[in-house]
Amino acid sequence: MNLIELDNVSRTFTVRTRVGRLRRERREVRAVQGLSFTVAPGECVGYIGPNGAGKSTTIKMLTGILVPSGGRLRVAGVDPARERARLARRIGVVFGQRTTLWWDLPLRDSFELVRRLYRVPPPRYRANLARCVELLRLGDLLDTPVRQLSLGQRMRGDLAAALLHDPQVLYLDEPTIGLDVLSKARVREFLREVNEAGTTVLLTTHDLTDIEQLCRRVMVIDHGRVVYDGDLPGLHAQGESERTLVVDLVREGAPIDLPGVRVVKVEGNRQWLAFPAARSAAPIVAAVADRYPLLDLSVREPVIEDVIARMYAGATIG
Amino acid sequence: MDTSAGLYLAMARGSFRRYSTYRVATLAGAFTNTVFGCILAATFLALWRARPGLGGYDTTQAVTYIWVSQALLVAVAAWGGGFQDDLQARLRTGDIAVDLYRPVDFLGWWLAADLGRAAFQLLTRGAVPLVAGVLLFHARLPHSVLTWTLFLCSVLLAITVSFGLRFLVSVTGFWLDDSEGLRSLMLVVSMFLSGMLLPLGLFPDGLRQAAQALPWASLVQVPCDLFLEHRTGRAAVAALGFQLVWAVLLFAAGRVAQSLATRKVVVQGG
Repeated sequence: MNLIELDNVSRTFTVRTRVGRLRRERREVRAVQGLSFTVAPGECVGYIGPNGAGKSTTIKMLTGILVPSGGRLRVAGVDPARERARLARRIGVVFGQRTTLWWDLPLRDSFELVRRLYRVPPPRYRANLARCVELLRLGDLLDTPVRQLSLGQRMRGDLAAALLHDPQVLYLDEPTIGLDVLSKARVREFLREVNEAGTTVLLTTHDLTDIEQLCRRVMVIDHGRVVYDGDLPGLHAQGESERTLVVDLVREGAPIDLPGVRVVKVEGNRQWLAFPAARSAAPIVAAVADRYPLLDLSVREPVIEDVIARMYAGATIG
Repeated sequence: MDTSAGLYLAMARGSFRRYSTYRVATLAGAFTNTVFGCILAATFLALWRARPGLGGYDTTQAVTYIWVSQALLVAVAAWGGGFQDDLQARLRTGDIAVDLYRPVDFLGWWLAADLGRAAFQLLTRGAVPLVAGVLLFHARLPHSVLTWTLFLCSVLLAITVSFGLRFLVSVTGFWLDDSEGLRSLMLVVSMFLSGMLLPLGLFPDGLRQAAQALPWASLVQVPCDLFLEHRTGRAAVAALGFQLVWAVLLFAAGRVAQSLATRKVVVQGG
């Protein structure tokens, strides 16, 4: 039994643009088309793609605040748009750029409101709150007005608010956006614990580290279609992703010539060498060091956006 | 306590506390109401000395009218505002999406928030000018418990009617990019037709009858008349009935507008 099921789901928007003085043209924009996937209970799925790919549209359809234009959609056995209120008790949602917390009041008051909103029985509420407070280190913040919280603290508050009613599924729309390294690490650690405790997680992000640390499965969406569905190494393999070796030579010189290595850029005595992400950097470093006098070097990991961009380019050509 | 009533009560209480965190702003506001009350009361005093019994009010009633209307001004949001500011901001930023997936009645949620706000403002920005009016201008407080009871019921209905009007204005934000323009227009209409500037009884024939039949009369004119015991007995009950009818009609209209707006967002996209 799958927790989330999408079968050939599409969503079009009508956009009116002004043509001339009075005339307006209607244009159909397809945000999502022929989208099909399933998510099993307990999975943690990364849902990624460039801006405008249809990620948020999908999340909105999964929460029931947007009706699909076509296709079939089920979350926890419920048609989201038809039974939004029933579904709301089974899902938790965190939008990284929005907050559900009460701006002027202490965090505790917002949590109390969530308790009433979802009719969480008091013993369970106390247990869930205690767990969130411990894992997210909210103890000192409960009585602080939300407007005085830092972005990272507020995000932790929002995460707790989304989980107090024991949702089966947690949707996260860029939960680490704008956070510093330490806050990101905390949020990820918490999400891992939540997922290990059995909550299914669907996560959209632009931060590859989120995916690497949390998700066994990645779905890449572009122009409203799933262009990849599998694990992260598979994504790098399919996207022909490359790592980059940046070397600072003692002297300026001709581009380095090594088998299987491509020189991307030369700038003075610094050169950028690209090689397949699946290959080990060690023999390449050894080969370069053997033949060229080196000052310094560093290895850059592939960026998910590049991988996706390459995948999409590949898809249109192929 | 895990009922919907408990939820709305918690919402109202939270909203009350939210407004109570801005103490200096509240104090400054109460001071402003008092200053305006003084200016208007002095004007009315001069006017009624020249034309005693104007509009069927004696001079004390006229002065008291000013102080009651100043006390009600912010609580009934005669000039807009309250939850309207929040709803408008949430529509503009798109935060409204978060509100829509909550398992709660959208209209009831905002009404509870607005009642909580109004309760706070009645106790602060309402009480201060009224006390000032009594001390400085000998405004007359009613002695009968019945009058106070009728008045408070009328204020509750006034806030509800005002909520209905403001909700309809705000909800146009689902179609227009911003409801600010319509809101400014409503401010002018409300200023005249609520009795905030001048008791409606002083309006010329025709305009008077029209103003007295429109929902805005519920905001200031009706509660003031009950407070002044200008309307008593059966007339007082009729006045409350008038407010109730508008409250119910506007709430129903709000419900229709809400379902259209939700359908627009949910079906057509935001």
